[in-house]
Amino acid sequence: MIQVDVANVSKVHVSMKGEPLLALLDVDFRVEENEFFSIVGPSGCGKTTLLNLLAGFEQPTRGELKVGGKVITEPGWERAVVFQEYALFPWYTVAQNVRYGLQRKRVPEPEQRRLVDHYIGLVGLRGFESRYPRELSGGMRQRVSIARALAVNPSILLMDEPFASLDVQTREYMQDELLKIWQREPKTVIFITHSIDEAIKLSDRIAILAPRPGRVEEIKTVDFPRPRDPTDPAVVHLAAEVKLWLRRKVFENRRSEEPAAGRQEAAH
Amino acid sequence: MPSSPSLDGEDARSPGALTANRGMPPTQEALARLAASMVPPPPPAWKRALSRISRLWLLAVFVIAWQLISMYGQRVNPQLDVMMPPPTAVISAAADLIARGVLLTHILDSLKRVLLAVGAAAVLGVPLGLAMGWSKRFRAAVDPLLEFIRPIPPLAWIPLSILWFGIGDVQIVYIIFLAAFFPVVLNSLAGARDVDTYLVRAGLSLGARPRELFLTVVLPAALPHIFTGIRIGLGIGWMALVAGELVAAPSGLGYMINNARTLFRSDYILLGMVLIGALGLVLDYLMRQAARFAMPWHRQ
Repeated sequence: MIQVDVANVSKVHVSMKGEPLLALLDVDFRVEENEFFSIVGPSGCGKTTLLNLLAGFEQPTRGELKVGGKVITEPGWERAVVFQEYALFPWYTVAQNVRYGLQRKRVPEPEQRRLVDHYIGLVGLRGFESRYPRELSGGMRQRVSIARALAVNPSILLMDEPFASLDVQTREYMQDELLKIWQREPKTVIFITHSIDEAIKLSDRIAILAPRPGRVEEIKTVDFPRPRDPTDPAVVHLAAEVKLWLRRKVFENRRSEEPAAGRQEAAH
Repeated sequence: MPSSPSLDGEDARSPGALTANRGMPPTQEALARLAASMVPPPPPAWKRALSRISRLWLLAVFVIAWQLISMYGQRVNPQLDVMMPPPTAVISAAADLIARGVLLTHILDSLKRVLLAVGAAAVLGVPLGLAMGWSKRFRAAVDPLLEFIRPIPPLAWIPLSILWFGIGDVQIVYIIFLAAFFPVVLNSLAGARDVDTYLVRAGLSLGARPRELFLTVVLPAALPHIFTGIRIGLGIGWMALVAGELVAAPSGLGYMINNARTLFRSDYILLGMVLIGALGLVLDYLMRQAARFAMPWHRQ
């Protein structure tokens, strides 16, 4: 069943100098219910813009984004977001952060307590309920952020490079945990990352974005069984293929930009 | 050679259960004990008190120098008696005024005025600043008026305010209010305006409505700035108070100083100055404690 429908979406950003800039051009894809869908691409390809549109923080210049047939017009808990820098409320404890969305949803009080306890347990943070975010490590903060997003029972989980600022060991551990949680409580996940290995490890499908203007170049299906072994030849092959392709894209981009930059220099 | 306790339990003197579970990960309690054993014991209370007092040595040198210069300087310059009375004279002046029951009245009158005025500045200034930070349109409308009034020094208002309110509490409170109001507004404004975009977005995506977003995200995010604004307002207000009382007042520390000048009582003048400094310090300390209490997450 198709759940998220991104239909011919273009987004123009206006730069500080007032120049219009094409951030996304005719982006078009669909995400199935309970699918783990990743979006990869080099920086500047409009990944975060796409997530902002899906979350409802921004509106597309052209085209439409729909969830379950309804056009996205504003942010809402049915599309909970996990941010790269966690975005936890520093003035609330772990438990209060996880509870935040439940209070906004007007969930009855005893049910709130049960859900907070359940999701704090799910991300392995029992015993830290009354700590403030600043007292936690990066990995623990991101787990709070995931628990906070899951607690409101969103139909879609939007994740914007959630593990990018963690160290390698913590990142791999968090990836495994996320997969476990996702398999236990299936949800549609739209996962943004610049790491191809991460995308291949986690996803059902991967959309590869090309930069300037941001557009979907290809959508790859990853149908290896989970858990995936990063040394499995098939996985290695797929990763190498995508990486090679991306490297070529970045290289082409550089070349197409350099003469223009050179001309600007000469004009000064 | 004294060896420190080690985690693998090789050392027989290592505290507690660490030796018991060789090869097993040490328990949290054992680790806590180990950590405690590595920290040197805190110095006894009298040593800590002494070290705290000894930090004030420069202040002590200053007071002693002042005493000596005032006492022995009079042999060189007899006028020094009036120009700069020694600390002991200031203390006896305090005892004198307390005995006559006027000192406490002056202090309380000054405190009452400053607290009333800064309280009013906070009650009006914080909501105004937050609203200006929250809504660009509101800010655009209010800003020109505010920026026009703000550069006028509070003291320039004294003649007009005497015409309006006469000489008394209302007039002085008004002057202090003017002095404290702008730092409160501007800091609250900055606090509400500079809230982290991601926190606002997190709130929105978790279903917060505008009113909830304001109360649960914007207000707590702005709170440190609000406290800073009130602290600055209190400091500037305290200075405006003394200036206002010097010019026209029926009582208060500023009045006491000015009155003492007409009587050539420089010991009273110095006493007033010392009290103004000390009370300003106490007020600021209380504000910082209040901020710590109100924002437990914000501790350094």
